Amino acid sequence: MLSQDQVRHIAKLARLGVTDAEVEKFAHQLSDILGYVEKLEKVDTSKVQPTSQVTGLKNVMREDVVQKSCTKEEMLGCTELPVEAEQIKVKPVMNN
Amino acid sequence: MLSNLTLAEAHQGLKEKKFSSVELTTDLLGRIEKLNPALNAYITVSKDEALKMAKAADEVITKGNLVSPLTGIPIGVKDLINTKGVRTTCASGILKDFIPPYDATVIEKLKALNYVLVGKTNLDEFACGGSTEHSYFGPTKNPWDLERVAGGSSGGSAAAVAADMSFYSLGTDTGGSIREPASFCSAVGLKVTYGRVSRSGVTALASSWDTIGPFAKTVQDAALVLKAIAGKDPKDATTLQAEVPDYAANLGKSIKGLKIGVPKEYFGEGIDPEVEKLVRAALKEYEKMGAILKEVSLPYTSYAIAVYYVAMPAELSANLARFDGIRFGSKPKEDVKSLVDYYYQARKEGFGDEIKRRIMIGTYVLSAGYYDAYYLKAQKVRTLIIQDFENAFKDVDVLMSPVVPFPAFKVGEKQDPLSMYLADALTIPVDAAGIAGLSLPCGFTASGLPVGLQIIGPQLSEGLLLNTGAAYEQATDWHKQKPKL
Repeated sequence: MLSQDQVRHIAKLARLGVTDAEVEKFAHQLSDILGYVEKLEKVDTSKVQPTSQVTGLKNVMREDVVQKSCTKEEMLGCTELPVEAEQIKVKPVMNN
Repeated sequence: MLSNLTLAEAHQGLKEKKFSSVELTTDLLGRIEKLNPALNAYITVSKDEALKMAKAADEVITKGNLVSPLTGIPIGVKDLINTKGVRTTCASGILKDFIPPYDATVIEKLKALNYVLVGKTNLDEFACGGSTEHSYFGPTKNPWDLERVAGGSSGGSAAAVAADMSFYSLGTDTGGSIREPASFCSAVGLKVTYGRVSRSGVTALASSWDTIGPFAKTVQDAALVLKAIAGKDPKDATTLQAEVPDYAANLGKSIKGLKIGVPKEYFGEGIDPEVEKLVRAALKEYEKMGAILKEVSLPYTSYAIAVYYVAMPAELSANLARFDGIRFGSKPKEDVKSLVDYYYQARKEGFGDEIKRRIMIGTYVLSAGYYDAYYLKAQKVRTLIIQDFENAFKDVDVLMSPVVPFPAFKVGEKQDPLSMYLADALTIPVDAAGIAGLSLPCGFTASGLPVGLQIIGPQLSEGLLLNTGAAYEQATDWHKQKPKL
């Protein structure tokens, strides 16, 4: 079962702002879900390989050719933040 | 009224010049305008753009270049598929004003055939849910009963087709998001083999599961759409090299001698008796047509939901890390001082509860010390689910079952997240194995709610599934029933 501190820690790892009320609600709900998936423990998988790709494709390669896609202006047009010298201006990384 | 035509019939009308694409599109836009306030199937209706596209299609048709059955046909597209210049929200607050600068590959393919986009259809936020209630723009209502959900996550696409607000539509299926709403709304819905259709330009949910497929009014229509959107794409490395057959031309073959597996675990506990009765009646119909029924067992079925709710949130939490309100998406209303606080605030304001839950589950199961116990374990049980299907397909050609254990539920009925997850019990295994599944209307409950039959086949068996489904459509007329709206 997840404690409220664990929920706060997970939210921090995920860069997700949460309110106290949300922490309480999510602690219950996430515990329920994690409790449910614990049934996987019952399956003997000692001789089973994991699957991450279902069609068996491996290392799909193609020629490294420059292709026309979006323009710089189109890409920069997607941000709601100020653009300066073709760069998106964000909040300071360091607090003073 | 033209909007009640099938795709094939609308194409025939355009070909014989009974009406133009502009007339077809205007008629459909009128239907949408009338019904969308009640159904909320569309998030965005792009009227001006649609009429421009219809005009361009008419010019192509006038020149005698009507090469594709999709030319000039107006449709809605699930709103997590990028459409250049037309708002694409993923039904999320964090993308509520996002206008993509490029088209998804499936849209490029449809544009090359001069299709007509009338709008973007509603979904659960980032395709996470089974009811379209987790949409920033409010739930889509079921055309057969406005108090009930349309299913999800592609609820808008399913409801639009069922209510004649789109001639066909595109959706995505990661755990059942095409088949479940198709079953709830009485539409044909096809979940394709993993990698059959390119996902370039479609917002990723769980990358090792996601697929794109059609909703249609008939199996033939679904076959026509699949041919147009399937195939290898250099922009999506997971797409398969396999040739794309002319699915529609291959319909109509006899199914005499077809071996149908009936998985006993799919008719077990929790299946609504009315759903079971209708699906069993469909199986009888197949027997009458000369198919052979055989009970099979898929013993790991009951673990599929647990596998899914570990693997999917894990992949989702990584995929949704890109939504930080910087390069695209909405900036938070509340002003903050530092970059890291900006991330917290943008994601707090931008995501709904279900997304927050899944991001946190995913973050947890991937965090140090838990990876082996959760993610790796789930990937191993996934292998066992795949082997279940491989063993079954040694004996039978296809499997048949209900799509969802129960018919459409009421809006607001499933408050507990886990109870909502159980709706996907019979669809998730198909996604886990990356195989193909078709949802086909097979009748109505006593209170008039649609029920779907699921036909499952091995990887790249879409042709077989469509032919098998078309045979049932020939013998029954469930697919012709329309909701009273």
